[in-house]
Amino acid sequence: MSIATELSRRNFLKTSAAAAGGLALGFHVPFTPQAVAQTETPEINAWVMIKPDDTVVVRIARVEMGQGTLTGLAQLVAEELECDWAKVTTEYPTPGQNVARSRVWGNFQTAGSRGIRDSHEYVRKGGAAARMMLVQAAANEWHVEPSACTVAKGVITHAASGRSTTFGKVANAASKLQTPNDIPLKDAKSWTIAGKPLKRLDTPDKINGKLVYAIDVQFPGMLNAALKNCPVFGGKIKSFDAAKVEQMPGVKKVVQVADTGVAVIADTWWRAKTALDALPIEWDNGPNGSVQSADIAAAQKEGLTATEAFLGNRNGDARAELASAARRVEAVYGVPHQHHVTMEPMNATVRWTPDKCEVWTSTQNAESALATAAQASGLPTDKNEVFRHHLGGGFGRRSTSHDFVRYAVLIARQMPGTPVKTIWSREEDMTHGWYHPTTQCRMVGGFDANGELTALHMRISGQSILATVNPNALQNGRDAATFQGLNPQGPEGQFGYTIPNLLIDHAMRNPHVPPGFWRGVNNNQNAIYLESFIDELAHSAKQDPLEFRRKLMANHPKHLAVLNAVAEKVGWGTPPAPGVFRGLAQHMGYGSYVAACAEVSVSDAGVLKIHRIVGATDCGHAVNPQQIEAQVEGSFVYGLTAMLYGDITVKDGRVEQENFDTYQMMRMDEMPVVESIIIPSGGFWGGVGEPTICVAAPAVLNAIFAATGKRIRQMPLSKADLRKA
Amino acid sequence: MARLSINGTMREVEVEPDTPLLWVIREQVGLTGTKYGCGIAQCGACTVHIDGVATRSCSMPVSAITEEQKIVTIEGLSPDLSHPIQKAWLELDVPQCGYCQSGQIMAAAALLQATPKPTDEQIASEMTNICRCGTYNRIKAAIKHASANMG
Ligand code: FES
Ligand code: FES
Repeated sequence: MSIATELSRRNFLKTSAAAAGGLALGFHVPFTPQAVAQTETPEINAWVMIKPDDTVVVRIARVEMGQGTLTGLAQLVAEELECDWAKVTTEYPTPGQNVARSRVWGNFQTAGSRGIRDSHEYVRKGGAAARMMLVQAAANEWHVEPSACTVAKGVITHAASGRSTTFGKVANAASKLQTPNDIPLKDAKSWTIAGKPLKRLDTPDKINGKLVYAIDVQFPGMLNAALKNCPVFGGKIKSFDAAKVEQMPGVKKVVQVADTGVAVIADTWWRAKTALDALPIEWDNGPNGSVQSADIAAAQKEGLTATEAFLGNRNGDARAELASAARRVEAVYGVPHQHHVTMEPMNATVRWTPDKCEVWTSTQNAESALATAAQASGLPTDKNEVFRHHLGGGFGRRSTSHDFVRYAVLIARQMPGTPVKTIWSREEDMTHGWYHPTTQCRMVGGFDANGELTALHMRISGQSILATVNPNALQNGRDAATFQGLNPQGPEGQFGYTIPNLLIDHAMRNPHVPPGFWRGVNNNQNAIYLESFIDELAHSAKQDPLEFRRKLMANHPKHLAVLNAVAEKVGWGTPPAPGVFRGLAQHMGYGSYVAACAEVSVSDAGVLKIHRIVGATDCGHAVNPQQIEAQVEGSFVYGLTAMLYGDITVKDGRVEQENFDTYQMMRMDEMPVVESIIIPSGGFWGGVGEPTICVAAPAVLNAIFAATGKRIRQMPLSKADLRKA
Repeated sequence: MARLSINGTMREVEVEPDTPLLWVIREQVGLTGTKYGCGIAQCGACTVHIDGVATRSCSMPVSAITEEQKIVTIEGLSPDLSHPIQKAWLELDVPQCGYCQSGQIMAAAALLQATPKPTDEQIASEMTNICRCGTYNRIKAAIKHASANMG
């Protein structure tokens, strides 16, 4: 999607709220004659436009950030539309249009692995309604019943009279018809486009340099800004000496940004950054300037045994049972802060005038971006607009906060009428993130005299995301999201074991480092804690970790099915290659059941090699199996990178890691073979972009224990000594 | 001022001599397929060819490049996705977000130029670019696919 098309679309489609609201449907497919008048391409409904040459334009409300949602959503619309897949193109509506059209496209938020599972029904209805209208238009022209017509690959045929036409030819007439009231959907069993491993629509432009990411936006006369915010969270800017850099090449202006930062605006970004690096700045570090990582860890440690805690899951009386247990096993685990590290650093381009604020950016939630722009621009919401680009990575960073939009608007406001692109350097990006929260976890298990596990207490101590990001969502102070995958029931993530006396609780300890939703979110550490400790319990009971789990999982057949699937595929119970050891993990997150089995070896020198990971996913319905496999591979890299290296530390209130030299990423030479099993058992819609992240690390950690007898409980692994115990 | 041969065209650009080639390509020349990821030669997103050698352009000052040296960016790899690496990338649907892929493709193309039949180990040790989306296995498979197709 080019900028030019986005600009030319700026004033299209201003449909009255009445038109949209007048339809008594669970979703809105408005009849929009005004819109048709303004565009060459007839809009059949909000989701589908068809050009005279039969090109189909599918509108995509959720955003593409690598996870394949763009293609998956287009597949769902095209399936019901019965169009020719080869003629499908896509475009993003803007949040301003969504507001103007009574949120006809619903939610724009692309997070929580919800891109498809939240919207599949209404986008399919959009496709089906459009097909019905196109057939109706052809039938009207031929004076026949629509039921006497068939449709396939964008061609409508009336067999009795031997006539046929194409979508493109009847699109104009169809766009003037009423939306049908009753819109039946196909049974997934008869799908021919959805459910198939089709090629992604966005690949060609990603391999020839053509795709315009937000960071690539160019406008005539555009200026560029480099930004520095106070390195200590909660600090402010005290002063800066603009005169020292104003004469440097290309520099146009040095501007303060809110009360926390400063930016240099120049003709090119490189010159802006060069001048910013030379700019003398004094910071007011504020109240957090002396906080160290050790202080954060100490607060968590205290929380591990604190009496007060928020309840997540309970049955029986775990404390009493543990007190009288014949045998107790206890361990403390910990996970540090992690950074999102989208490959495309934070950026936004803004043109601000006293009556209009336009933003070009990468966002996981364009509606939030619009709201942020409106706050920062000082203009009413309808005087702001956000144009979306495919994301060079999101991982939750671009949904947690739109600070990158806010600062870009505040900078551009100081250059009225001129488009200004603000790019955060990698250093600025890494030190001003919204970090995966840090927690510790104390696990205590109790066995009775017969060696049966009768009690488990899981005490999580540490940071809540919602307490900072969305305090309104707390329940009497409790952050329910902390317990992802640990809940007694619910479609999102159910605890997969039956333990007669169970207590899972959270002592909230919030440091000053801002937390964020980080791909997989709290499932990631919850699975490390739980699945590592279940493995510890199995070994302490001298039982096979698979058999030990199976006994506890009898009441959770779907959890068990994915675990059994990986065990079978890997050949659990048969000996692996010499020197290779296996570990298991299972979890439920984002509505999907996932499991993994890792095979690793550890050399005498303590060097880890992860040979293979077999992963299984039951996501209910599989919209594009090939994309699911890609997501499983990618999610393992995300989970393993965190396990191996992810460690954001704090010194004097500021993040120490600034770039990839001190914050390492997993690379190809460490990549295991990944085999993924997809078990779409039907009947529900689970996510795929995130759930498997969380089983990669515990499966590997359990395999490391099998190989070395060492139980690694504090992440990251790069700080551990893996030489045999 | 610097004179640079980029994708077969001689360009004259007004820049400070220590300006990294990456930013000249992106800002003065306006070719934005080459990406900024780190600026310190760690991630490879900025990889271009200089006389056929994969080079991290973020850490290469323009003053170090002569006008005789031939710079090729992702836009210059082929006019129509016909380079064997691009074909393999398309066939295996390698990219996810795509942001690292220009650099991956340029690194892979240079690898096959120098080593037409690389082993898995050679691929893993030569391909050190970061992909945060985790497309490594597909990249490796696509390089082998391209290598096989190049005969
Ligand atoms: S931008 Fe050049 S290596 Fe990262
Ligand atoms: S495809 Fe997203 S960083 Fe590689």
